[in-house]
Amino acid sequence: MPRALARLQSRLLSPSWLAVVTPLGAFLAALLVGAAMLALLGVSPVEAYAAMFDGAFGSSNAAADTLVKATPLLLVGVGICIAFRGGMLNIGGEGQLIAGALAATAAILAFPTLPSVVMIPLGLSLGFLAGAAWGALPGLLKARLQVNEILTTIMMNAIAVQALNYLLRGPMMDPQQVVEGSFIPQTARFAVAADLPRLVPTRLHAGFLVALLVAILTWVLLWRTTVGFRIRAVGLNPFASRRAGIRVGRYGVMAMILSGALAGLAGAVQVMGVNHRMFTDGSSAGFTGSAGFNGIVAALFGQLHPVGTIPAAIFFGGLIVGANAMQRAVQIPSAMITALNGLLVVFVVSSDIWRRRMLQRQQRAEAARALQSSEAPP
Amino acid sequence: MIDDLLTPAVLTGIAYSGIKLATPYLYATLGETIGQVSGVLNLGVEGMMLLGAFAAFFVTFQTANPWLGLLAAVATGLLLGLANAVITVTLKAEQGISGIGIYLFGLGMSELLFQKSLGSVETVSGFPAVRLPLLGDLPVVGDLFFNHSLMVYGAFLLVPVVWLLLHRTTWGLRIKAAGQNPAAADALGVSIARVRYATVTFGGVLASVAGASLSIALLNVFQQNLTSGMGFIAVALVYFGGWSPFGALAGSLLFSTVNALQSWIQVLGIPIAPDFALMLPYVLTILMLAFPFRKTRQPAALTKVFERGET
Repeated sequence: MPRALARLQSRLLSPSWLAVVTPLGAFLAALLVGAAMLALLGVSPVEAYAAMFDGAFGSSNAAADTLVKATPLLLVGVGICIAFRGGMLNIGGEGQLIAGALAATAAILAFPTLPSVVMIPLGLSLGFLAGAAWGALPGLLKARLQVNEILTTIMMNAIAVQALNYLLRGPMMDPQQVVEGSFIPQTARFAVAADLPRLVPTRLHAGFLVALLVAILTWVLLWRTTVGFRIRAVGLNPFASRRAGIRVGRYGVMAMILSGALAGLAGAVQVMGVNHRMFTDGSSAGFTGSAGFNGIVAALFGQLHPVGTIPAAIFFGGLIVGANAMQRAVQIPSAMITALNGLLVVFVVSSDIWRRRMLQRQQRAEAARALQSSEAPP
Repeated sequence: MIDDLLTPAVLTGIAYSGIKLATPYLYATLGETIGQVSGVLNLGVEGMMLLGAFAAFFVTFQTANPWLGLLAAVATGLLLGLANAVITVTLKAEQGISGIGIYLFGLGMSELLFQKSLGSVETVSGFPAVRLPLLGDLPVVGDLFFNHSLMVYGAFLLVPVVWLLLHRTTWGLRIKAAGQNPAAADALGVSIARVRYATVTFGGVLASVAGASLSIALLNVFQQNLTSGMGFIAVALVYFGGWSPFGALAGSLLFSTVNALQSWIQVLGIPIAPDFALMLPYVLTILMLAFPFRKTRQPAALTKVFERGET
């Protein structure tokens, strides 16, 4: 019996199982903290969480909204998987998303008469490219000049927001706004040809399928191609990779470019599938809804695995939609979900220490076993 | 149009607000500098600033005493800094990511508390401007430098204090050793954990006080996302300033002066898009990071977890 228990314990705590147990444990912990906060605010946690779940998954419309919110999180998150796996801490999702959305917007507004079959691929690919460019600069600076990518991606976020504000208050502002004198910083509504097709009679658009496809392709890229293998090798151990003849800088830059490109694609999908125009409230969250940061949360929750990020993104999309329902039902500001997301990140990265300890213990045990068998006479 | 900017009144106005607005950057950047010199990167400054700003504002609003508000911010910062030390030092979490978690927590939590407790934007009477005796009576100079809130003086006084701490005390030596070569410091009997706990907690207090300087000294309001990215800029300013308190001072003044210039451009109705002025400091920071003019290197052990027995 104790042996079976020990086996169960070692199975539960083996690294592959921890990949599931750790995020779930972190989630439960965040849920409990949230319940305590709700109770302190004089609201029944059960009632609030029920309202949240119902708002996120309770009807086909709710579920569709959840998937719509999950779409940018999934695209950004899959990009984050590539960057983090390649050893690049890309904090620039917000800026890359804005750059992608702006590029798509510019093209759609410049050529309003194009048919859908041209317009949609054009918008999406420009978003992809603009995001790639926005991610490439921090990648190059890191590879060539050893400039910390965390810093540069944060700076690039701020630069993107200022560019957005300038363009929407100036050259790209809806001409109608100028005529009416209201000067709301937003563009004109796009030509209908640029709208991503709706999937079912809800708000769900084809962008979600694009995101799913991208997630699966990224899995193939990272685990079934040489390029992906090298990206992961560089992230795991740059020194060994260099010894093995891999150009460490080049694959780091590639990881940043791909990561930025997917965030840029998320921006294009967002304007073409949901907003059908670009707008700003002066800050970055006004347009992105913090998807650039929440994508990191989703990727971490999915254990930096593109396929694992799919359920994680849907889950966090549900949290966002559910939070609004909760706000209506029990008057708790949806900002609580932002706070809980933050706690989740902290819990997930803090609990990583157990996984590392397990790994170390296993390695030591294996080394000891190898030593024993080599010392034992044949 | 540009001539409008070059009148003495406008120039002193810009200089005055530049000095004033440097305050939150200074507190936050100095706190972050100490943490980074000891080897710990805190990306959550923004979240800590927001919570500190709220705590200070709420207590000042309730008690009409800004000193109690400041005390509340210090207490909040102590808690947040200590929590961050547990996360980064004891649990050895990846600092670039845990900081984002702290940011999101502070962003959401400060808004939640604000909406549940106050609901609408209120104002308080925070720390008023105090004209220093004698010095404040000097022409021009007195108005510019010696007619500020106590929290502004505090921020500027902190610059030499932090410099002295880092470069003229045993504690400073230990902090630098923990950031440069923790294994050697550990071998000499310096407790890396204790040093980093102290610096990270102190950094949390200063970040929180930075937020308070906005809500109860400079603006005297609180609203959702009051700091709007200042905390992230503070992190960049540490690199910009080459991990030195006086570098932090230079960087803070540059950023705040650009901000002041930009708001004056808008006040005077000069048709220059302010967005480019606002973009400038970020571009400058990237350039400074890419082409270091001085031979400053980041602390060798920055963001590296210390494990005894590993090199």
